[in-house]
Amino acid sequence: MKLPSSHLSVVGEKRMKNNTMTNIQIKANDLNLDECMQLAANDEAGGICFFVGTVRNQTKGKKVVSLQFEAYEKMAISEMQKIADHLIKDKSINRVVIHHRVGDLSVGEIPVIIVVAAPHRKAAFEACQYAIDTLKETVPIWKKEIFENGEVWVSAHP
Amino acid sequence: MKCNILTFGIARDIVKTSQLELNLEGEQTIRNLKEKLVNQFPEFEKLRHYSIAVNAEYRLDDFILNEGDEIAIIPPVSGG
Repeated sequence: MKLPSSHLSVVGEKRMKNNTMTNIQIKANDLNLDECMQLAANDEAGGICFFVGTVRNQTKGKKVVSLQFEAYEKMAISEMQKIADHLIKDKSINRVVIHHRVGDLSVGEIPVIIVVAAPHRKAAFEACQYAIDTLKETVPIWKKEIFENGEVWVSAHP
Repeated sequence: MKCNILTFGIARDIVKTSQLELNLEGEQTIRNLKEKLVNQFPEFEKLRHYSIAVNAEYRLDDFILNEGDEIAIIPPVSGG
């Protein structure tokens, strides 16, 4: 499968046994739902599950102006690849696509898209949840919330 | 041993550079590196936690560092 290389900064791609596949990217510009759908679609799939993260307008009642995302890109790609490989190996999943943004995002924009395709829906739903939960624990990406009167690195302090 | 350490997020704010140079004497483990870091930058102790990655893999405190390793401070992640 050919990737549109012109607008991505880092790509991890692995063609796997049984023609299953993963596609992992960190991008400095808008994520694209159609592109993710095309990367996940395959004839063996009976269902395709999306998780789309979006920038929320407030945190604990404080108005959020924007979010700044940064990544240790090399390691972020390899940690996201581990998540995808685990799903492909251990569950009935035949495609995993994980695209994550870096840079400045405003309210409503999309920091992450995870797509899982599977022959049956239950595995797709569970895998999608596993992928976002694990990403939030292990993948070296950080976000700073910019408020009207200050800013804070999310989760940094107890 | 001279270590060149990559920093991200709040870790970069604490050390005020994205590439920190530290000199490690004696045992060249991650534990030793963390002690040195905290001595020099006590603010690391206020973080929820932080990890050290060597060559882009999370490593535990006993891990021995080698000359030329790519070392990174990984403060609490918050992607997604």
